[in-house]
Amino acid sequence: MLDTQPEGYTTADGRKIGGVVMEMKNITLRFGGVVAIKDISFDVREGEIRAIIGPNGAGKSSMLNVISGFYHPQEGEVWYKGARRPRMRPYQVARQGIARTFQNIALFEGMSVLDNIMTGRLNHMKSGFFSQALWWGPAAKEEAENREKVEKVIDFLEIQHIRKTPVRRLPYGLKKRVELARALAAEPSILLLDEPMAGMNVEEKEDMSRFVLDVNDEFGTTIVLIEHDMGVVMDLSDRVVVMDYGKKIGDGTPDEVRSNEEVIKAYLGVSHD
Amino acid sequence: MIYREAGDFKTTYAADNQTFPIKGDRYAYYLVLALALGVMPLIITDYWTNAIIIPFLIYTIAALGLNILIGYCGQLSLGTGGFMAVGAYASFKLMTAFPELSIVFVVLLAGLCTAAVGVAFGLPSLRIKGFYLAVATLAAQFFLIWLFTRTPWFFNYSPTGMISAPTRTVFGYAVTGPRASAVSMYLFCLAFLIGLAWLARNLTRGTLGRKWMAIRDMDIAAEIIGVNPLIAKLSAFAVSSFYVGIAGALLFVVYLGSVEAGEAFGITVSFLVLFMVIIGGLGSILGSFLGAFFLVVGPVLLKILLVDNLRWSSDLAAHLEIMIIGLLIIVFLVLEPHGLTALWRTIKEKLRLWPFPH
Repeated sequence: MLDTQPEGYTTADGRKIGGVVMEMKNITLRFGGVVAIKDISFDVREGEIRAIIGPNGAGKSSMLNVISGFYHPQEGEVWYKGARRPRMRPYQVARQGIARTFQNIALFEGMSVLDNIMTGRLNHMKSGFFSQALWWGPAAKEEAENREKVEKVIDFLEIQHIRKTPVRRLPYGLKKRVELARALAAEPSILLLDEPMAGMNVEEKEDMSRFVLDVNDEFGTTIVLIEHDMGVVMDLSDRVVVMDYGKKIGDGTPDEVRSNEEVIKAYLGVSHD
Repeated sequence: MIYREAGDFKTTYAADNQTFPIKGDRYAYYLVLALALGVMPLIITDYWTNAIIIPFLIYTIAALGLNILIGYCGQLSLGTGGFMAVGAYASFKLMTAFPELSIVFVVLLAGLCTAAVGVAFGLPSLRIKGFYLAVATLAAQFFLIWLFTRTPWFFNYSPTGMISAPTRTVFGYAVTGPRASAVSMYLFCLAFLIGLAWLARNLTRGTLGRKWMAIRDMDIAAEIIGVNPLIAKLSAFAVSSFYVGIAGALLFVVYLGSVEAGEAFGITVSFLVLFMVIIGGLGSILGSFLGAFFLVVGPVLLKILLVDNLRWSSDLAAHLEIMIIGLLIIVFLVLEPHGLTALWRTIKEKLRLWPFPH
């Protein structure tokens, strides 16, 4: 796919998919004797929704943690925007424009929804220590400007009514949405979503799917997501990587993956007859 | 009915971002400021100044500092007494080495010295958390006190091992030493407190404050949104120690006058300031004021009640006072674990609906 369409293509529903923005090359990650990821390569194109699926313990979350800099693979390289990425701490990865959410929500419980989303703007706020201390000039101006950006995200995700509520008082579904808002506020070029639909009911899943599609459509954000729910994945994503026991067993469009023998055997189950 | 936010509309984000978005709060704040600056200097007596007001002002500064570290950045510290001693000894060395230097700059520089020491002792926070960090800062407490009592250079080789503050003036009025009047000492400390409280509020509501709170609430998530934990934690230690150092310097030059490190800045001071922060409310500027007020003024009021009004003997009262304060702390924490600030917040929420709560 990479070789046949280096400049990108247009999807059936008219979205433009660009060239490769991130490429994982032969990633191997070991924890002591346990091999979590075994020689996996795949790429992510600009503007696409890329899913990573696989059974429990397949190494999906480890892969996301490699991308966001929590884990450092023993072998292999991460290429981002045409350059090999050196070993980086998570906050450096964040500054490169990669934002993420977590499977088990990682919000700042003691802060209001607004403050939580404002933290997403940290990398865009440059005012110095003294300007902040005196709340003078750049600091106050910057605060108001970024607040405006945050309000747009709040409108987009329809959470205006809980703007000033402390996060710890929110129900699970809303927390998930606030976490997405925080990641979106950073205006990332790649958004990593770790099981965004986990633990949700059908209605909430539909809401979340709509937001994921809208984000991709409206801002052109590249999205890499991990998901368990096959139905959701197949409907949402442009291309899917399938992992099993740390190995890649399939890669392609949802239709290609669905008809892949190995994937059917490992993930969808095989009839014994 | 009196206290409400209905009809108080904001049309800009700047207006919504201000410290007191509700009109009633804003006017109350101006009123308190006017009383503290305009009326108090005319009515205070020497006794009230020395027993209550000056210690309250100084301990509030220390509590503000510790609240930034514990309440906002989540780094537990038991080294407050030691850091106050750094402020006191730094101001002493500066006063004796540069007699011409204005006392205002002496106090500020003492704060900066303490900030540097605080950063050095804050380095372990990059590796250890919670109670273990508390133990590491406890080491700072004992080391610093040991350093100041055992190294004659710090107390200019005085035979008693004490340091004494010479007289210094601001605008011609003595603020330190025996000639200092109650009013000038009061205004000197108040000016520092108002300035520092204002700075603390600004720092905690902006980008830096959100970085600190992010580290406090979940350090992994903080890192993933781009917070450098090294800079966030060390800046909290620096700012916090700056405040604590200024409090230590003021306690020495204005309030005590002469000091011996082990007595004035022992572990009990560390705990006293920690209790102020916990009782007042973690992560709240107002909480630092309330906590310091409770622990400084409470004992004095009790003493007045027991000794002067109920005619108890003063030694009995002294012991009972400790027990009653201890009991009050427990009662308060059981009723409202989040401190006096949370109590105040609940009252405000009720007041907003009063008299029609349904």
